[in-house]
Amino acid sequence: MMPSASGTIRIGPGATTLPGRSAPTVPIAPHEPVRVRGGIGENAPRPDGIPKVKGEFAYSSDLWAEGMLWGVTVRSPYPRARIVSIDTAAAAALPGVASVLLAHDVPGRRHFGMEIIDQPVLASAAEEIRYQGEAVAIIAADEPETARRAAALVRVEYEELEPVTDPEAALLPGTPHLHAGGNITRHVKIRHGDQDVTAAVVVRGSYEVGMQDQAFLGPESGLAVPDGAGGVDLFISTQWLHIDRDQVAACLGLEPPQVRLTLAGVGGAFGAREDISLQVHCCLLALRTGRPVKMMYSREESFFGHVHRHPGVLHYEHGATRDGDLVYVRCRIVLDGGAYASSSRAVAANAACFSCGPYEVPNATIDSFVSYTNNPPCGAMRGFGAVQTAFAHESQMDKLAAALGMDPVELRIRNAMKEGTALPTGQRVEGAAPVAELLRSIRDMPAPPALDLEHPDLRLLPGGVANTTHGEGVTRGVGYGVGFKNVCFAEGFNDYSTARVRLDGTPDGPTVYIHTAASEVGQGLTTILAQIARTELGVERVIVLPADTNVGGAGSTSASRQTYMTGGAVKAACEVVRRRVLERAIEQLGENPGDLSLEAPDIVSHARGVLTDLETVLADGHVEETFEYHHRKTWPLDPETGQGEAHVQFAFAAHRATVDVDTELGLVRVVEMATAQDVGKALNPQAVEGQIEGGTSQGVGFALMEEIQVVDGRIINPSFTDYLIPTILDMPKVVMDIMELGDPHAPYGVKGVGEPPSISSTPAVVAAIRQATGRELARIPVRPDQIVGIAP
Amino acid sequence: MRVDCTINGKPEQIDTGWEGESLLHSLRERLGLNGSKNACEQGECGSCSIYLDGVLVCACLVPTVQAAGRTLVTIEGLPGPEGELHHVQQAFLDAGAVQCGFCTPGLIMATHELLGRNPEPTEPEVREALAGNLCRCTGYEKILDAVQAAAAAGRA
Repeated sequence: MMPSASGTIRIGPGATTLPGRSAPTVPIAPHEPVRVRGGIGENAPRPDGIPKVKGEFAYSSDLWAEGMLWGVTVRSPYPRARIVSIDTAAAAALPGVASVLLAHDVPGRRHFGMEIIDQPVLASAAEEIRYQGEAVAIIAADEPETARRAAALVRVEYEELEPVTDPEAALLPGTPHLHAGGNITRHVKIRHGDQDVTAAVVVRGSYEVGMQDQAFLGPESGLAVPDGAGGVDLFISTQWLHIDRDQVAACLGLEPPQVRLTLAGVGGAFGAREDISLQVHCCLLALRTGRPVKMMYSREESFFGHVHRHPGVLHYEHGATRDGDLVYVRCRIVLDGGAYASSSRAVAANAACFSCGPYEVPNATIDSFVSYTNNPPCGAMRGFGAVQTAFAHESQMDKLAAALGMDPVELRIRNAMKEGTALPTGQRVEGAAPVAELLRSIRDMPAPPALDLEHPDLRLLPGGVANTTHGEGVTRGVGYGVGFKNVCFAEGFNDYSTARVRLDGTPDGPTVYIHTAASEVGQGLTTILAQIARTELGVERVIVLPADTNVGGAGSTSASRQTYMTGGAVKAACEVVRRRVLERAIEQLGENPGDLSLEAPDIVSHARGVLTDLETVLADGHVEETFEYHHRKTWPLDPETGQGEAHVQFAFAAHRATVDVDTELGLVRVVEMATAQDVGKALNPQAVEGQIEGGTSQGVGFALMEEIQVVDGRIINPSFTDYLIPTILDMPKVVMDIMELGDPHAPYGVKGVGEPPSISSTPAVVAAIRQATGRELARIPVRPDQIVGIAP
Repeated sequence: MRVDCTINGKPEQIDTGWEGESLLHSLRERLGLNGSKNACEQGECGSCSIYLDGVLVCACLVPTVQAAGRTLVTIEGLPGPEGELHHVQQAFLDAGAVQCGFCTPGLIMATHELLGRNPEPTEPEVREALAGNLCRCTGYEKILDAVQAAAAAGRA
C-alpha cells in the first residue's frame, strides 16, 4: 500500500545526474506502485495462525528443557492467619525433590507489587497471611507428581485469625488494619460544579457487583533457565515483560540486565497476567538448583494465583429536571481490592472518572474507595473501574427514565456526551464522542425474530435442552447500555513503547524485522504491527521477532493501548527507516531529485520515475532504527477536587440486548446482542470484530453467570465446573455497527477497541431482564432467585 | 508403567511416571505432542479433545493405561502427509476464529468430529456439538462461521 500523503517523506531539491547508474533516456510514465498485500485496513492473516491451528504454537505451558525440574507452590488454606512454624524436612527428604524454599531464601526484596510493593514473595512469620492462597513455600522436583506430593508433606502450623471480608466495614474505625497504612488503598474524590444543587426528580439506588475472573484458558506457566553466571532467562506468558523483569530482578537481588525475559505463547490474558504470579518463584528455584525449572498452575491454582475483577458496592443518586436534563450525580463507590494493592489505585481512579457514564453532568460529588480486605486480591480486568460503574450508572439512567416516564434511549441521547463535553474531572473530550450516534444506531437495528411458540426449538428457549419450558412463562425483554473508558495509561504516567525496525536485503527480497517487547496475548498485535510496517515501507515480507527484554519497554498489553502505543512506535520507526533509505539512495545516486519516495521495491522520483530500488540501496547494509513513542502528556487528579487532564483518549460503545426470560424458573436466554462502537480506524476489521464479539461475551457472562464466590474469605468455586463462562450455547449472535471516526492525536486515528465492548454489554443484558420481569436486579451476576423475586 | 498404542498412525510406547497419569499428560510431557491443550484438566473445556478409537474424548479424563492397544488421533494427526492444512484448520484461519488459540485445537477436533457424522449441520446443531468446548476470546461468532465454511469446503 502507498504511504498516506501526509506520511510520505520527500527529500528537498538537489542534483539531477545519476552517477554509477545509467540515467533514463526517455520519459518514464508515472510510476504505478504495486499495492502491497496485508497493509492496514485489510484482514491480513495472523502470523501465528497456522501454528495455532496445527497445535504447534509454543505456549508457556508447552516449554521444555533438558534436565528441567518442576516447581510447585505451597499456599495458605486460611484467608487471615499467622505462621507459627514451618517444617520442610519430610518434603525435602522425598526422593526426587531438589529444593524447598521459604521466605528467608528470597535473596533480594521480600515484596513485590505493580503500584504499591506490598505483597510478600513468600509469607513469613514477620507478617500476617492476608488471603487464602498466599504463597508460603516453593518446591522443585523431578516430576510434577513428586513436587505435588512434596507440597503435601510441608507442615505449616498456623494461628488462624478472623478475616476482614466486608470492603465497607474495612474502612470503619476499629477494624483491624491489614497493612501498616490502614485499609484504604485509595480514595479518589471528585467535586464538580455546585455541591448543594437540588433537582425536581431524584432517583437513588445501591448496586452490587460480584467478583469476575478473567478465565483465560492458558494456565500461568513459565520456564526459568539459569545462565551459569548468576543470572537467569525466563520464558513466560505475561502482559508486560519489563515490569516483570524489574520486579524479578529486585526480588532476586540482581541487576535488571541479569534477568532476561522472553515472551512465550500467551493463552489469553484480559488483565490477569499484568501482575507477578510465578515469575519470581520460578527464577528463584532455577537459581538455587542450578537447573531449568518449569512452573505451571492447575486451573484450581490459577484462581488463587492471579488477581480478579474488583467486586464492590455502589451507592448512587441522580437528580434531573422534569424535562430529563441531568442536574447532578452523587455516588459513593467502595470496591474490594482484597489482600494486596495490584492495580487498585488505577481502578479507583477509573471508577471515579467514569462513574457518571458518557453524559453531560453539570454537577457531581464522587467518592471512590478501594479497600484492603482478606478476600482474594483484585486488580486488572478488561474495562476495569468502568465495568463496575457502568452497571450502576446505566441502571440509574433506566430508573430515571422510568421516574420521568421517558424512553430510556431518549433520556440517554438527551444527556449524551459529545465532542467538547467536560468530564466531572474538568477534562474536555477531544475528537469524536458519538454517544448519541451509537445509541441511535443500535436502537434502529432490526429486532431479532420473535420466538416461534408454535414450533419451538428447545435449543432456542431459556433452559435449552434441559426441557424446562416449551414457551410457557417466557417473556422477551430489550435493554440498552452505553459506556466509555480511557485508552492508555493515565494520571501523568510516563507511558511509552519502543520499536526497533530493521529493513534488510535478503535472498527472499527486502524484509522488515520488527522487534518490540509488546505482548501478543491473542488479540492480534503481531498482525497489526506487520500491517503497519507493510503500509509504511511498502515491503510485504515482514517478520515480527519474539518479544523480549533485549529492546526497550513496550508497556503493558492493557488499557486497550498496544495498537495505539506499540503500533505508534512501529509506525514512527518505519518513518525514520524510510527517511534513511531515501537519504542513502541520494548518496548512492549522487544527486537529490527532490521528489524521491519509497514505493517498494522501487525508489521513485515522481517526475522521472524509477531511479533505483531497495535491493540496490540495501546492498550497502541494512537500515535499522529504534523509536520510543510517547502519547501526549497527562496530569494527576487533584487530590481534593479530582480535577485534572488525566486521560489520553476515550473510547465509546453501546449495546442493545434482547433476552427471553423464563419468569417462573429465572432462566435467561440471550437472543441477540446488537452493538455499535467507534474504533477510530479499523486497522484489521476482522480482528476488530473479534474483539467486539469476545468483549461482548465476557460482558454477557458477567451479567448472567460469572462470579468467584467468596465465603468468609474463601473461594468456593475455583474450577471451570463451578465458575461458569459462556459456552457457544450461551452466546447469541452479535450484530454490530463499527464506526471509524478517527482520533486526530492517534496513529492512523485508531482508538482502543478491546475494553469498551465489555463495559456496555453487561448493563444492557440486565436492563433487558428488568424489562421482561419488572424486577429491580441491583446485583450482578443476576441469579435465578433474583429473577423470580425471592432475592433482591 | 509401559503402554503401547497407535498415535496418528504410528506405533508409540509411553512410559508413564505414575499409575494415575492422564493421557493428556503423557501426550504432552512424554511424547512432546503439545497440540492437545491443558486449560482445565477436568473435562470442562474440551481443549484436549482427541479421538480414542474414533470417539472424541477429553484426553485429560483418560488414564494413560486405558489407551493400551488403542488408536489415537490428535490435532497433530489432522494435516496431510506434506503438512498441508485440513480444510477445518483452514476454515478456522480464514474465518478469524483464532485469537489466543488455546481452545483452537480442541474446537478443530470437535468440528472435525461433528462434520464426520453430520456434513451439513444447522446452527443449533453446531452449537450443541461444540457446547463442550470453551473459548474465552472470540465470543464464538467466528467459530460458527468457520464450522459452516468447513462444512461447505467438505462438500466441495
